Amino acid sequence: MNEQSIENVIFGRLSWASFPVHEPILLGTFVVVVLLGAGIVGAVTRYALWGWLWREWFTSVDHKKIGIMYVILGIIMLLRGFADALMMRAQQAIAFGDNEGYLNAHHYDQVFTAHGTIMIFFVAIPLVVGIINFVMPLQIGARDVAFPFLNNLSLWLTVAGALLVMVSLFVGEFSTAGWLNYVPVANLQNSPGTGPDYYLWALQIAGVGTTLSAINMVTTIIKMRAPGMTMMKMPVFCWTALCSNVLAIAIFPILTGAFALLMLDRYVGTNFFTNDLGGNPMMYWNLVWIWGHPEVYVLILPVFGIYSEITSTFSGKRLFGYSSMVYATVVITILSYLVWLHHFFTMGSGASVNSFFGIATMVISIPTGAKIFNWLFTMYRGSIRFDLPMMWVVAFMLTFVVGGMTGVLLAVPPADFVLHNSLFLVAHFHNVIIGGVVFGLFAGIVYWFPKAFGFKLDPWWGKVGFWGWVIGYWVAWTPIYVVGLMGTTRRVRQFDDPSLQIWFVIAAIGALIILVGILGFVMSIVMGIVKRKALRDVTGDPWDGRTLEWSTSSPPPPYNFAFTPVVHDLDAWYDMKQRGHLRPEGGYRPVHMPRNTGMGVILSALAMVLGFAMVWYIWWLAALAFVALVACAIGHTFNYNRDYFVAAAEVERIERERGPLLAAGA
Amino acid sequence: MATIVESDTAPQDSTFYLVEQDDHDHADASPTALGFWIYLMSDALIFAALFATFGVLSTSYAGGPVPRELFDLPLVALNTAILLVSSITYGFAMLAMEEGAVRRTQAWLLVTGLLGASFVGVELYEFSELIAEGATPQRSGFLSGFFTLVGTHGLHVTVGIIWILVMVVQLGQRGLVLENKRRLLCLSMFWHFLDVVWIGVFTFVYLLGMLR
Repeated sequence: MNEQSIENVIFGRLSWASFPVHEPILLGTFVVVVLLGAGIVGAVTRYALWGWLWREWFTSVDHKKIGIMYVILGIIMLLRGFADALMMRAQQAIAFGDNEGYLNAHHYDQVFTAHGTIMIFFVAIPLVVGIINFVMPLQIGARDVAFPFLNNLSLWLTVAGALLVMVSLFVGEFSTAGWLNYVPVANLQNSPGTGPDYYLWALQIAGVGTTLSAINMVTTIIKMRAPGMTMMKMPVFCWTALCSNVLAIAIFPILTGAFALLMLDRYVGTNFFTNDLGGNPMMYWNLVWIWGHPEVYVLILPVFGIYSEITSTFSGKRLFGYSSMVYATVVITILSYLVWLHHFFTMGSGASVNSFFGIATMVISIPTGAKIFNWLFTMYRGSIRFDLPMMWVVAFMLTFVVGGMTGVLLAVPPADFVLHNSLFLVAHFHNVIIGGVVFGLFAGIVYWFPKAFGFKLDPWWGKVGFWGWVIGYWVAWTPIYVVGLMGTTRRVRQFDDPSLQIWFVIAAIGALIILVGILGFVMSIVMGIVKRKALRDVTGDPWDGRTLEWSTSSPPPPYNFAFTPVVHDLDAWYDMKQRGHLRPEGGYRPVHMPRNTGMGVILSALAMVLGFAMVWYIWWLAALAFVALVACAIGHTFNYNRDYFVAAAEVERIERERGPLLAAGA
Repeated sequence: MATIVESDTAPQDSTFYLVEQDDHDHADASPTALGFWIYLMSDALIFAALFATFGVLSTSYAGGPVPRELFDLPLVALNTAILLVSSITYGFAMLAMEEGAVRRTQAWLLVTGLLGASFVGVELYEFSELIAEGATPQRSGFLSGFFTLVGTHGLHVTVGIIWILVMVVQLGQRGLVLENKRRLLCLSMFWHFLDVVWIGVFTFVYLLGMLR
């Protein structure tokens, strides 16, 4: 065996050339990341926090802590995804005529691919899953989710996927085939590099986490509601979480299947999506969009639930049309599965097929419209308090309706033949995702932050963030609608027509205003921590809420409720307050709780090593990681000691610590 | 298990809170069975995607071999019988579990595992014959779809066999405790699920393939 082949066996296709040292932008980013990372590691070591982090957070099976960690992951990845957005806006603002801009074509392709992948899979999903994780069990009066260990594992698998995407920035390259890794670009002969492989392994690992999490949440909602809480007395957020997670279970397996087939094409040489030997690239588009279209509803439905809770609370009224809200959610869930083909009307399926999918798409706007009216009628004659969460709701309604209308426009097949793959489409989905999902996630974070940490976010900086996002959105995306309607196509790095430049310059300015919005949001957290004494929530119910999460202290004890609540009304906590209910202050009983475990972290770390080794063809390491993964998973089933009781005296101590606080506010 | 110590004062208001709470698991009230059932449905959707893919590619022979030249129907029928019988033997294991007979449960599990292993063995033999004839997964879209669909099912059976072996060990260690009963119930659902999927494979891949 010569030296070259020994190196191949040990390192696969990984070599010094795999590190992009010739790219100054990446090198600079790398230096910043290393400095930041070293700073954080240093600080954690300096204050001896590793043990605390490991025991109290990383290995925790507490749904509240897992929810918070999901949200932290989402916010960190938002910064990465937004950096990509700024790079694209800067490139498109200057690359006209002879000016090539500052990004080469290969790099630009990776940037737009990474932006989409990160924003959907590692920002939107973790934020939505995180908020559901934190809020839903509290709202249904449960002490934890149905499968606490699985919840921890889901989180860390998602983190492992996110880390693989981040590694691709500095070792090798990321996919250039668009956010869904389209074939034929992602086929082996067109992309022989590591890009599509990083994409596939990162998303498969994270996808397993998302599927497991969805199974967990559905089981929790069906099995663990407090006594008296029938399905139609369940808070609307829990309904939307249920529908969203049912939908996730219905679609993620398809994505897993599609990605597995593409992996087989790339690793084994099968012919699923190839152009010859019987393969069919359009089948990939069908499969990924059967996942892809419902996925936007997986994200938006829980956010509709957030808007519903906030509108009701800040209007001081019961939600208008609760039942119609529930039915609308269920109808959207079903319809969302029947519209995927509108993503490629131009494929040539014929007039009948296109008509069916076009009409199904337009029909979705009916239940969605019903929801908008329900929110408006909830506000009507309410005593509205325009706190920050309510401001987000109003901004959402004004912004989202426009996105909905451009969506109906795109649903018309003949119009879509003109607008397909144009920037008009890109503006449309940013309109609904930013104006719908992102605004709602910020609203939810502001709304439930005091429940999670015991103090409110700084309202002044929160408003800076709000106006930055709202104004920035409109300045950034209106010009894109305009150039899109004129026919400019998406994923273009350089333009010939100088008359378009002004629009892209305006869009870049809009992106900078959004940057102000992001910084305002970050500052609202920082200043909230600084001023936490003044912003403290002593009552557990800072917004005069209506659902059960506000009936416990802020932050809630590990077991959420010392006594499981009994529900008589849709707005259970409002009902309790109306009827002068007092919290029980004695007679505590031991509380049954799940034990923490480090196995979620270990399994996810092994999965990440497996993914990395497969990306680089390091077969021995992949085999080793796989065997270790299976061994650890089986080994974990030999641990039968998974729960314990918090003694009654301990419960009493914890409740005494929090009790007076609640009483003071009552 | 920790002892439960009751404190002397009772809570004042029981309208809005449960005073007594039953924290102990019951095999049928536990959410595990429902959760595992939902997982099986998600797995069924992976198979649905593979069936659909195979459906699209089922005549994409690319000038290569066609089903009639490839499939050995009697062999596949034998294999189908082996898998169906293994479902019956798993049923016997569950009956033994209900009676609380640990040894008999283990014995039926082992019989089931052996039948499963024979199934996988015959399938591997079939695959090796095909590959020796040049009908490899790389040869055509049809063969890619065939090997992936049938192979994914076989992989599931292999996982089931490993799970059976783990269960036999855990039954030996702890007997028919609540957790083990719950696991046997889940494994039972898994094993029968694979039977149902195989009936789909036998019908749509082999029987319909021979008619083409």
